[in-house]
Amino acid sequence: MSGAGSGYDLSVTTFSPEGRVFQVEYAGKAVDNGVPSVGVACKDGAILAVEKPEETKMMLPGSNRRIFTVAKHVGMAVPGKLPDGRQIVSRAQQECENYKRFYGNTIPTKVLSDRLANYCHAFSLYWHLRPLGSAALTASYDDNGPHIYLSETNGVSYRYYGIAVGKGRQGIKTELERLKLGNMTCREALKTVCKCLIKQRDDQGSKKFEIEMAWICDESDRQFVRVPEDVAKEAEDAAKREIEQEDEDSSDMES
Amino acid sequence: AMATSAMVGQGEVLTGTTIMACTFDGGVVLGADSRTSSGNYVANKVADKITKVCDKVYLCRSGSAAHTQAVAGYANLYLNQHAIELGEKGVSVKSAATIVKEIAYTNKEWMNAGMIVAGWDKAQGGQVFAVPMGGTLMEVPFAVGGSGSIYINAFVDKNWRAGMTRDECKAFVRKAVSLAISRDGSSGGVIRTVTVDAAGQNKEMVPGDQVARYQDEHLPTLGSNAPIFT
Repeated sequence: MSGAGSGYDLSVTTFSPEGRVFQVEYAGKAVDNGVPSVGVACKDGAILAVEKPEETKMMLPGSNRRIFTVAKHVGMAVPGKLPDGRQIVSRAQQECENYKRFYGNTIPTKVLSDRLANYCHAFSLYWHLRPLGSAALTASYDDNGPHIYLSETNGVSYRYYGIAVGKGRQGIKTELERLKLGNMTCREALKTVCKCLIKQRDDQGSKKFEIEMAWICDESDRQFVRVPEDVAKEAEDAAKREIEQEDEDSSDMES
Repeated sequence: AMATSAMVGQGEVLTGTTIMACTFDGGVVLGADSRTSSGNYVANKVADKITKVCDKVYLCRSGSAAHTQAVAGYANLYLNQHAIELGEKGVSVKSAATIVKEIAYTNKEWMNAGMIVAGWDKAQGGQVFAVPMGGTLMEVPFAVGGSGSIYINAFVDKNWRAGMTRDECKAFVRKAVSLAISRDGSSGGVIRTVTVDAAGQNKEMVPGDQVARYQDEHLPTLGSNAPIFT
């Protein structure tokens, strides 16, 4: 891995002969190797979920929050380096507030994610700064329906029906592509999202995980809030039951 | 009150004025007189006090001509940039009004500008926002402004009603402005109207000799097209 850049990766202001900026790509790796994070846009809202491994038994559950409310109508998950992510959240909150102050309307999600992408990109232009090692996974719900945007550390920003970043993203993305998310309600999709996250865990049972979930939907009055504890627990339990059922079915078939 | 004649010594040009804007079923009608005065001297008899700030949003200007033209210029600049960032989704009337308000409020110490922002957008239809001197922002079904407005406050309060048709609203605006012109020395000239709705925007003018006259103003003359009101 190290040495792949062969001398062109020492500063963010250096291009390689193939036209790559390695430092920006390495920043992307911080997100790729980070906690699995999922965003889906459903029929009646949008969901964000992040799966965090328990770092130590001494830590209180619910610490190191990864999902933040940026404005009433917009929420954000920050996979990758959490301190860098908090920087992006802070900037996003300012953007929302200033936009409202100046234009009187709430910021459209596309405008917000474009601005955040530009913000992240700016860090790749100066020698004395390093790129941020976190992406911004944004969820919102306005008159144009639910939106999921991903503003990446290299400065691109796209809108998605569903997206996963971090560890195990490939498997989760494959699962998401099979679904008709536009026909599912948030409640239904919540269980599926939990299932995707639980399935991609390497060591099931031994390590403890915490799934942080938040949504913005008709049920939440179109405000971005944490999924209520009972709803979250119900979704996780249902997901676990379905996985066990599938394991039983597949082992039945084998024998 | 309005700008004072104390400023006239420095060549301050005023739009002692009558301006108004009104919602109807499907859009808005903006109306204004056309007299720009500099003390007793009428600097412009045919001024256009209804200025476009962005697609389907107009600004009625009263107070200092210089100040309001500057505000309109800045508003136009910011709204053009805003339109680019928004893309397909057009600029809302509320955004245009908020920007005008920000400029007026931030510079309230130096400003002499009473303005009305009105237009049409897809999300909310026709809207009227008043931005009087001082920099308040109020969404209202109709608004009047300028020195002539005091003479027609009661008239518009009594006669505006929700759900007027386009033609009814235009006639209402023209009648109101003509009444103000008949009593306010700083208002006169032609009556300009701009009608904005889903289909687009339409600028019209009632020439001076066709502006309605009332009571003693009306002199019986042959060949006059002015409607007679008693």
